[in-house]
Amino acid sequence: MPDATGLELLAAELGDAALETVYFREQATLVVDPAKIRTVLAALRAKGYSFLASVHGVDYYPEEPRLGVLYELLDMSKLDRLTIKLRVPIDAPRVESVTTDWPTADHQEREVYDMFGVVFEGHRDLRRILMPEDYEGHPQRRDFPVGGEPVLFTRDEAKWLERRE
Amino acid sequence: MSPVPTEPPTLSEYRRGEQSITLAPVEEQLVGVRGETTDELFTLNFGPHHPATHGVLRLLVTLQGEVVRDIKPIIGYVHTGIEKTAEDKAYWKVIPVVERMDYLSYYFNAMAFCGAVERLLEVEVPSRGQYLRVIHLELNRIASHLIWLGTSALDLGASSIFLYCLRERELILDLFEMSSGQRMHTRYFQVGGVIEDIPGGFEPKLREFLKVMPARADEYGAILNSNEIVLQRLRGTCPLDAETLLGLGVTGPLLRAAGNPWDLRKATPYSSYDHFDFKIPVGTVGDNYDRFAVRLAEIYESVHIIEQALDGLPEGPYITEDRKVALPPRHELATSMEALIYHFKLVTEGFRVPPGEIYNPIESPRGELACYVRSDGSSKPARVHMRDPSFVNLQALAHMSRGSYIADMIATTAMLDPILGGIDR
Repeated sequence: MPDATGLELLAAELGDAALETVYFREQATLVVDPAKIRTVLAALRAKGYSFLASVHGVDYYPEEPRLGVLYELLDMSKLDRLTIKLRVPIDAPRVESVTTDWPTADHQEREVYDMFGVVFEGHRDLRRILMPEDYEGHPQRRDFPVGGEPVLFTRDEAKWLERRE
Repeated sequence: MSPVPTEPPTLSEYRRGEQSITLAPVEEQLVGVRGETTDELFTLNFGPHHPATHGVLRLLVTLQGEVVRDIKPIIGYVHTGIEKTAEDKAYWKVIPVVERMDYLSYYFNAMAFCGAVERLLEVEVPSRGQYLRVIHLELNRIASHLIWLGTSALDLGASSIFLYCLRERELILDLFEMSSGQRMHTRYFQVGGVIEDIPGGFEPKLREFLKVMPARADEYGAILNSNEIVLQRLRGTCPLDAETLLGLGVTGPLLRAAGNPWDLRKATPYSSYDHFDFKIPVGTVGDNYDRFAVRLAEIYESVHIIEQALDGLPEGPYITEDRKVALPPRHELATSMEALIYHFKLVTEGFRVPPGEIYNPIESPRGELACYVRSDGSSKPARVHMRDPSFVNLQALAHMSRGSYIADMIATTAMLDPILGGIDR
């Protein structure tokens, strides 16, 4: 982990792309401008963070901007980890895809799209990955209820057919 | 659809040998009937219910003759929304649900989650708890590798190995049953330590297993390494270099088979792994044989770690004394009012975790397994995400198998060791 000072230095180097630094429980997090995610990751790759361990989403409901995407970077020679975080509003959840530089992000960006509805621009094959293709809604959002999906059991079949008519 | 490469695929030793058998007389009769079919691409739907996919995995395979040109994995058939379910449960009730993700390495899932929550809470696990964790993690690694070895050998036609591997796994499951009462999904790891100390008969039984296991692993190695068919199907098939693997985010035995000795147990030790002396097996070329050999060698190293952990097992508490996190011992409930209050609070509401976000990676049998936990200060997590190694590693399958025969793709899928419960979560 870069220590708190190292994180500040890193943020200073990135200039106005870095919005905020969080140092919590020995984990360094850099909040960046969503429009500059590709340049930030490229700059960090040049600094040695050459392995993208994970891309995952999070919903900060009720805070705004609601959706977050986290990129977990790893420097294998310095044994250093760094979390890059960006926040996008729920009505325009658009982020540039990083799949051209980091092929590993392919499945993971699809999962974030599937679960949170974040659109990754430039992703070649942005489809749902875990949910069925005709599914509506993004189930990992905090306002999506658990058990919100009706399940058809055989015993209720007659009722369902009736309601459909 | 991928463009058709002009050069023919390279032939393995086995295939070259096969060419001495000529089908010319048969083919002569087919002139005019068969036509030119070699340039045509053909899409084969492979799975979701196919024994060689190791679960409910569907692969859309584009073939040119018998040669794989592209693979599109289609997943989600066993998606059960565990991450969503976890958001609706108190922290300590999340452990049994995350254990069911990667159903062959349940201790690792629990470890990733508990480790993340412990870091959020800043709870220290006592050293006996850490050693007991290491013993169970490594036993679980052996069990997981045994299932992998058995099912992979089954795919390659060596069906007796499957029965042998399950025989040894049974010994491990018996040990798990002794320490926790359950054979699978044991819920043995708790936030702050382990739920109970190991019982009286555990140590001699474990020592017996540690004596048996290396000898049995020798046997498997001897059987498979002298099986010409298995060797022909593994050696030199579907290699991938470490650089491409790193780009694809592949970790674990697959990366180590390509020569990169990356192992989180050594690189960033957790749970006292730095107290033990063990080696990291690495391969050289990164073909299917290396992937097989690395995992087989890891079984010996795990046995070695367990031996050291058992010899050096420290005395003391096995779970944190922090009553706000861990349940008080049963006998205290009868005498101490305070213990009763803590017990009531823990069982009804659970403990509250300070707000924050943690990404906690550990080394599972398949690579970097990480748990991301976001807490909003309440007694239920606001987000639990598992970075499952199988999910990420699956992307490498197409890169490994392109340009090889479909039979080699089966072997590669087996050596990839995907667990669909972990992929779909």
